[in-house]
Amino acid sequence: MITVLVALAGGVGAALRFVVDGLVARRRPPLPLGTVLINVSGSFLLGLLTGLALDHSGLDGLKLVLGTGLLGGYTTFSTASVEAVTIGLSDGPRSTVLAVLHAGGMLVVSLAAAMLGLWLG
Amino acid sequence: MTDDQRRVPDVVARTRPLYTRPSYLALLVLGGAVGTSLRSWLEDRYATVAGGWPWVTFAINVVGSLVLGALLTSLARTGPDAGWRRRVRVGLGTGTIGGFTTYSTFVVEVDLLLRDGRVVTGVAYALVSVVIGVGAAVLGVLGARAVTGRRAS
Repeated sequence: MITVLVALAGGVGAALRFVVDGLVARRRPPLPLGTVLINVSGSFLLGLLTGLALDHSGLDGLKLVLGTGLLGGYTTFSTASVEAVTIGLSDGPRSTVLAVLHAGGMLVVSLAAAMLGLWLG
Repeated sequence: MTDDQRRVPDVVARTRPLYTRPSYLALLVLGGAVGTSLRSWLEDRYATVAGGWPWVTFAINVVGSLVLGALLTSLARTGPDAGWRRRVRVGLGTGTIGGFTTYSTFVVEVDLLLRDGRVVTGVAYALVSVVIGVGAAVLGVLGARAVTGRRAS
C-alpha cells in the first residue's frame, strides 16, 4: 500500500514540477530559473519534514510518501545537471561562468533553504 | 454539436501550453511514478550507513544526469519536438528520469552530514555530486551528438 502511495506521490510531484517550470518559463527569464525555484522550495520542505520526523516518531510513513515520493519526484537533479550543460555549451559570452553560477547558486541556496527547514522543523 | 463547435476545443488544445493539458499531466504522473518507485526501491534495498557517503542517491543522480543528457540531445537532433518525440521527452525525460533523480534528498543528506559534524564528507559529497553530475550530463550530451552526427552524415 505504502509503495503505491509513494509512487503516486512521486508522479504528482513530477507533474507539479512540470507546471511550476512551465509557469516560470512563460515569463521568459534569461536563465532557466524554474528548476532553481523547484529545487530550492522542495529542499526547504524536505528539511522541514525531516526535522519534524526526527523529533516525532510515527511520522515515518508520512515522510516516505511526502519526502521520498512527492518532494523526491518534485525536485530533480538530472534536469539541473543538463541545464548547466546547456548554458555552458551555449554560444553566449561568459557561458561557462553562467553555468557555474547556475549550478553553484542552486546548490548554495538549496542547502540554506533545507537547513532553515531542518531548524524550523 | 456542429463540426465548427467541435473543432474549436481542438484548436485551443493545440495552442494551449503543455502544462495545462491533462494528457501530458497524466503522462508525467505515470512517468514520475515509475522513476520514483525505482529510486525508492534502490534507497530501500541498498540503505547507506548513517554518517557515511550517500552512495545510492549519488549513483541515482549521476546515472540520471547521463541518461537525461543523452535522451534530450538524441531527441532534439533527430527531429522536431512534436508528436511521440515530445511525449517521450515529457514522459520519460521530465517524468521518469526527472522523478528518478532527486535534489531535495541530496541537499538534506548534505545538511545532515554537516549538522552531525561530518563537514569534510558533507562538503565533498555536495561538490562531487554536482561536478560529477554535470560531467555525466556533458558525456551524455556529447555522446549523443557523436552518435546522431555520424548517423546523419
